[in-house]
Amino acid sequence: MPLDQDTVKTIAFLARIKVPPEARAGLANELSRIIGWAEQLNEVDTEGVEPMTSVAEMSLFRRADEVTDGNCRERVLLNAPEVAAGCFAVPKVVE
Amino acid sequence: MAYIIQGETGDWELVCGLEVHGQVVSNAKLFSGSAAAFGAEPNTQVSLIDAAMPGMLPVINEYCIEQAVRTGLGLKAEINLFSVFERKNYFYADLPQGYQISQFKHPVVGEGVVILDMPDGTTRAIGIERLHMEQDAGKSMHDQDPKRSFIDLNRSGVCLMEIVSKPDIRTPEEAGAYLRKLRSIMRYLGTCDGNMEEGSMRCDINVSVRKVGETGLRTRTECKNLNSVRFVMQAMEYEAARQVEAYEAGEEIVQETRLFDSARGETRPMRTKEFAHDYRYFPDPDLLPLKLTQDFVDRIKATLPELPDDKKERFIRELGLTPYDAGALVASRRAAEYFETVAKGRDAKTAANWVISNLFGMLNAKGLDIAACPITAENLGKLIDLITAGTLSGRLAKDVFELMAETGKDPETLVEEKGLKQISDTGAIEAVIDDLIARNMGQVEQFRAGNEKVIGWFVGQVMRATQGKANPGVVNQLLRDKLKG
Repeated sequence: MPLDQDTVKTIAFLARIKVPPEARAGLANELSRIIGWAEQLNEVDTEGVEPMTSVAEMSLFRRADEVTDGNCRERVLLNAPEVAAGCFAVPKVVE
Repeated sequence: MAYIIQGETGDWELVCGLEVHGQVVSNAKLFSGSAAAFGAEPNTQVSLIDAAMPGMLPVINEYCIEQAVRTGLGLKAEINLFSVFERKNYFYADLPQGYQISQFKHPVVGEGVVILDMPDGTTRAIGIERLHMEQDAGKSMHDQDPKRSFIDLNRSGVCLMEIVSKPDIRTPEEAGAYLRKLRSIMRYLGTCDGNMEEGSMRCDINVSVRKVGETGLRTRTECKNLNSVRFVMQAMEYEAARQVEAYEAGEEIVQETRLFDSARGETRPMRTKEFAHDYRYFPDPDLLPLKLTQDFVDRIKATLPELPDDKKERFIRELGLTPYDAGALVASRRAAEYFETVAKGRDAKTAANWVISNLFGMLNAKGLDIAACPITAENLGKLIDLITAGTLSGRLAKDVFELMAETGKDPETLVEEKGLKQISDTGAIEAVIDDLIARNMGQVEQFRAGNEKVIGWFVGQVMRATQGKANPGVVNQLLRDKLKG
């Protein structure tokens, strides 16, 4: 399934990655080749085969309902570009 | 009670489905060990997982699974023994991961039903499409600073249940009844506290309209994050009227997310384009599928409390209550338990009357929840006993009830303290009546001439002379005997 340049533009927007228009053609080509490579899997007949979710026979690990973490505001906020009143301060995001 | 919007081209009806987000009652969050409690200092209940630091892995809280399954059972829904967590991708400042872990193709709970008791005594069944578990986002505060929004991640990662109804709702009243019933069921189960003001229960509505008689569905719009039953009903009314107007003006409705402005009572489109809502769901590679055993489900089923519908049914069948009274009593589990304590060994209808008319009335007037009720169920029972025993007349009992609400004391003590005991002693009442007759021969003559109404005046006078404490039955009997002469 080849990707066109419009699709590349959309994907870039959704991922919030800045892609200059002149880079779209090259990316469309590269991404198309990656997808094409993965699409070879379609050649395998998987009729009646259950999808595999893990290579090891494991089940989802569960934790007990106990408070064991948190209460580390300084660490959590350490990388925040801006902090105010114990909160992350970000450019205004409101409708 | 059909809800018809009369347009110029004919009658239109409303079609609505609700998505309710209920915060799961648990100690810790869905995938981390941080506390899930409401109201802590900003960012103090945040682990490095909730803040989406690189390399952190989610581990599911088994109690949250149990709570979701319990809710599903309460909604008489099928429980899916196999479900999958997926990533719902979008960017927002209060979503540190850049995605929300949710369930999409394989939710933990499938189809169920909620029965609504409408005020006119009829019932309506609203289908449940699904219930799935997901992470809550953080909280954004926009009003603290002119240029910046403040982000508190305490809520980030708390377990939510999203309960999606089928588009079965036809009137704003049904939407209100649905939300109240859902809240009642979740409170009975102890799975969500249903507190809309604190945001532990929030609602999105999907609204479309169609001509009466049409069977297909037209394009719907969505209004998000309504935080009161009243706003849900208002937004539905506004949105339905707006859509009818648009169709009749020859316009089309576009599928979009709209905001409800509660100050203006209207909806308007969000500026963000629908385009941005391409969530690109895919199974979360950090989490294996959730596999439950039937045994796990059965064990939860065995611990379910009696739910409001069953309780109502029992009150009608065993206690002889009317459907209306039974419905009013079972809406809250605490209220129902209170009533059962009052009714134990007493006349159920009398108990229901006292709880519904007097107790609920008093709680409403004082703005109190039943949990903070100043009168214990035992004491209200004793008050009814005093009426039954003839110690208190109905009127005195109401006075004692008022005093109980103010002081929290038991009725016997209050009757003693205030001397409110009903006078049933015929001697004392006779003396009052003899005195009255002697001083009011005019009225006595009127009675003897056949004017029965005069007796009411005499009863009033006796009550006045005894500060309302005379037993009305005894007064009536004695008066009739004596007036006849």
